[in-house]
Amino acid sequence: MTVDRLSVQGSVVDAAPSGKKGGAPRARPPRSRLIDWLAVGPFFLFALLFIFLPSLQIFIRSFQDREGHFTFDNIVTAATGVDFVNAYQASLSISLITAVGGAAFGFLLAYAVIMGGLPRALRTFMMTFSGVASNFAGVPLAFAFIATMGTAGLITRLFEAITGLNPQRDLGFSIYTIWGLSIVYMYFQFPLMVLVMAPALDGLRREWREACENLGGRTYHFWRYVALPILLPSLLGTTILLFGNAFGAYATAYAFSGSFINLVPIVIGAQIKGDVLYNPGLGNALALGMIVIMALCMTGYGLLQRRSARWLR
Amino acid sequence: MRGDLPQIAGTADISRVARRLRRPSSRRASPWAWFWLALGMLYFFVPLVATLEFSMRAVRGRYTFVAFQHILSDPDFYRNFGFSLMWAVITMVISLLLVVPTAYWVHLRLRRLRPVVEFITLMPFVIPAVVLVFGYIRLYGSRPLVLTGSPVLLVAGYIVLSLPYMYRSVDAGLRAIDVRTLTEAAQSLGAGWPTILRQVIFPNLRVALLSGTFLTLAIVVGEFTFASLLVWPAFAPYMEDLGNKKAYEAAALALISFGLTWASIGIIQWLGRGAPGQTQVTGAH
Repeated sequence: MTVDRLSVQGSVVDAAPSGKKGGAPRARPPRSRLIDWLAVGPFFLFALLFIFLPSLQIFIRSFQDREGHFTFDNIVTAATGVDFVNAYQASLSISLITAVGGAAFGFLLAYAVIMGGLPRALRTFMMTFSGVASNFAGVPLAFAFIATMGTAGLITRLFEAITGLNPQRDLGFSIYTIWGLSIVYMYFQFPLMVLVMAPALDGLRREWREACENLGGRTYHFWRYVALPILLPSLLGTTILLFGNAFGAYATAYAFSGSFINLVPIVIGAQIKGDVLYNPGLGNALALGMIVIMALCMTGYGLLQRRSARWLR
Repeated sequence: MRGDLPQIAGTADISRVARRLRRPSSRRASPWAWFWLALGMLYFFVPLVATLEFSMRAVRGRYTFVAFQHILSDPDFYRNFGFSLMWAVITMVISLLLVVPTAYWVHLRLRRLRPVVEFITLMPFVIPAVVLVFGYIRLYGSRPLVLTGSPVLLVAGYIVLSLPYMYRSVDAGLRAIDVRTLTEAAQSLGAGWPTILRQVIFPNLRVALLSGTFLTLAIVVGEFTFASLLVWPAFAPYMEDLGNKKAYEAAALALISFGLTWASIGIIQWLGRGAPGQTQVTGAH
């Protein structure tokens, strides 16, 4: 084992093949660079092959036509084609709805559990359940909601039995719409909010509230001038996280609605399967758009998270 | 201590007593707290109850567990679930082999690489799975390197998905144990690298490694995007396919899948109880 050499630092310098290059000995002898690369090399090689090259390649081909010449056509088509604009509009609106809705509901729930004075057992249960529910996405989640609010779902039938109205026929409500899919997405969105916000709410110190009360502040003042300013970066950051979470979701949307609702991931998936107008450059441009939006989201999340770390840890 | 700083110790005591006194009186549950909790519980449980009810309606006119029986006696169920488990185990092994030495070395000797490694492990949050598959098929679907048709791309995709969770678990474990001191102590006692890794580092990292692997298991077994788009037999595509053909069985399978998720999250939380640096638990959607 070459690795054994490291244990005695001095002998490594002697054994290092510095003579091969023929130059004078370096100012700082290479302290077993080889071993460093053996340890971290595979990881970086993997990242290069399976994360960066595929992304780079999407980026490059977004600007190439079929013959490989540079062009903006793909980007222009993706940005102006009715189908693609619609797909982006649908994806963005569903992400926005479920991010804001999930953040609001998740925050209230986290507040109820952490600060509402509920029994401690409920709090533990809620946190565990949030962990499970935020993972319960994809195909089974879609099925669960079809069984709940689909045409033969439990809620649908109960509603019909009680009011005598069929939600779809009489009220024009269908879950195979943006709003319906939003209700489905909320199932994994707000638990994620609970998971992230609970520690932040826990980090609000009792002393801050007491200080506010000593200065004559009431609950409103505490929230308006102390708690919300402290929590705001965390709140906004998590909302952005939820946005990205919904934006990238493929499995849930696919299993739920097939191709009823053309979200961007669904369109890209169709491009992969070769279902629709086969134009590789266009697919690349769509994928690039997704990466850009997700990257913006994650940058915003990172910046806000760093800011919230000032007060909360 | 107490004698040296009487005032400070006194203040601390008072605030502690005050805290204890205030807790029961000022912190009674508000009705709003109960309201939001009730709403959350409804959201959680109504779909599960509805799925159960739906899955039991396979026979007209009465409730039965026939759909569950069909699932559990379907050889395809075991075959696809077995495939998913196999992909999960392969993913876990390779992911561990990639992440553990890297995280260890970054802690021990290459500290300046830490932001880079962290950045890489967070990439799956930036590049959605469907985009990654798209990139794989475009890049490795033609010469010089053709990998479509071999499970390499599937496992690679799963490893990428597992990276944030695996790295965070291992990183939290390494932070908690002061690797450098332990390693140097072992070295000064004359231990070689194999001994250090096997007898010092691994036993201390066991919980972190286990929670990382269980998260990977939960993610890979339920993963749909890669398996479906790369056309490999797996649990989630099987479920999706079942949904198109047999509605009641699909509902039953969704419940079984929920139970599996619950079990693996339960195991992770049980493993990580009391451990510092809890990792956040979420998967791919």
